[in-house]
Amino acid sequence: MLTIQDLAKTYADGTQALAGLTLSLAPGEIVAVVGGSGCGKTTLLRLVAGLDAATAGLIRLDGATIAGPHPGLGLVFQEPRLLPWLSIAENVGFGLADRPAAERRTRVARALARVGLADHAGRWPRELSGGQQQRVAIARAFVADPRVLLLDEPFSALDAVTREDLHRHLLALWAETRPTIVLVTHDVAEAAALADRVVVMRPHPGRIHRTVAVEAPRSGDAVAHLRTSRVLRALLDESLAPSARRAALAV
Amino acid sequence: MSAGAASPLLASGAGGAAPATMELDHSWRRHAGRAGGRLVLGVLIPLALALGWELAIRSGLAQGRLLPPPSRILGTLLALAQSGDLRLHVQATLLRVALGFVAGAGAGILVGALTGTLPVARHLLDPSLQALRAVPSLAWVPLFILWLGILETPKVVLIAVGVFFPVYVGVSGAIASVDRKLVEVGRIFRLSRLALARRILLPAVLPGTLVALRTGLGLGFLFVVAAELMGASEGLGYLLVDGQQFGKPDQILAAILAFAGLGKLADGLLVLATRPLLRWQDVSRGVL
Repeated sequence: MLTIQDLAKTYADGTQALAGLTLSLAPGEIVAVVGGSGCGKTTLLRLVAGLDAATAGLIRLDGATIAGPHPGLGLVFQEPRLLPWLSIAENVGFGLADRPAAERRTRVARALARVGLADHAGRWPRELSGGQQQRVAIARAFVADPRVLLLDEPFSALDAVTREDLHRHLLALWAETRPTIVLVTHDVAEAAALADRVVVMRPHPGRIHRTVAVEAPRSGDAVAHLRTSRVLRALLDESLAPSARRAALAV
Repeated sequence: MSAGAASPLLASGAGGAAPATMELDHSWRRHAGRAGGRLVLGVLIPLALALGWELAIRSGLAQGRLLPPPSRILGTLLALAQSGDLRLHVQATLLRVALGFVAGAGAGILVGALTGTLPVARHLLDPSLQALRAVPSLAWVPLFILWLGILETPKVVLIAVGVFFPVYVGVSGAIASVDRKLVEVGRIFRLSRLALARRILLPAVLPGTLVALRTGLGLGFLFVVAAELMGASEGLGYLLVDGQQFGKPDQILAAILAFAGLGKLADGLLVLATRPLLRWQDVSRGVL
């Protein structure tokens, strides 16, 4: 159980990126976070991942307060961020350095098979396409069985076909150990197709605008997903409207 | 080669795939041909000049007293080699470069790593080092002679100083420009400071460091000449001075040829020795 309570972040230059966000996620739940730019989505993930320190608020994982990177939390960045000097298999096993070699091998092999890259284990990252590299990054985050997985717009740089392919790989990995997933995205269709719940955020300062339960989560029911997408799109427009008006007034 | 071997198989299986493979094969051959052609083009001008000068002197058009013909230069080089003198001089020069390079590069890597990773060290040392770097290294020569005499020590120290600065600047710069995004990957996996240095910083700065080492090695050869010109009884630089004093341009040019060969060889060996470390790199394949 991941609970986020009154989380706030104000940067040194005075920008209020996040103001009092409270959210709690059940084990195995997939929550998508959508919102326009500058609404604090990425800040939220960086705080939960422990890469940045919060100005105020608490983050708890199964009751224990977490500060700083935590073994129960995995993060997939917007870019693959593979280490170019390690082979694909070594990249996937990067976080398993303290495990016995035999366990490392089986875990890496299983994770690579799940993302369909078993026969690329010995290659260099530069030899893979962008979509394949992102699959390796997802395998790297899953391989240590995190309780919570944070994904920061991991599919935004990919074309539509590759993106759907990666959705399948992500769900296949998720189905194995059912970690809690926080998926930040700007794509409402992606949120509707993958999540149980969608948090719509609004900017200036970043906070929750509305939370929406997805109709028939992950059922592949295209009509239901389309309906959810429409609702999300409307909420997103609504969340941006006041600030747009303010911006227009300021000019 | 593999593309060529595979094409008949593909042709029998799927007719549509065959032309593409054939084309690949041709382009490979074209590529090899182009590389060979470039090599020929590169040596065309020096070869033509050498041959022209040789013919001009043979036919009596020029005397070749100050600029001896290539045959005489090569003859001098061969004579030096046969008498064992060349080996003696090459050994002396190489030993000085090696000692100076190891000392200067070692210090450069150490200090560069220190200022690159510790802000305190950077604020403390970098301004002074940058000021010292602005001094042309040869300006130290009189001081080194006063302090260290005229034997081997001042020569090696001069070379070490010349090697130190490019290596220092290269290493500290490489550390400063390590991708913050990759460092964050290390933080997500909770690497200790030591593990972060070993598993992320070290491999990330390796390419920049090796470039700095190559620059340093080149400067090592530059400064060994300066050191040997200021007084030595052996070494390729001594051959230069000796050739000047006794009016032997063929000996000067023979020494210059030897320098060119040694410098190229040392650089090539450095690249060859470090290539396995950089297999993963996406750049400069086949350029070096």
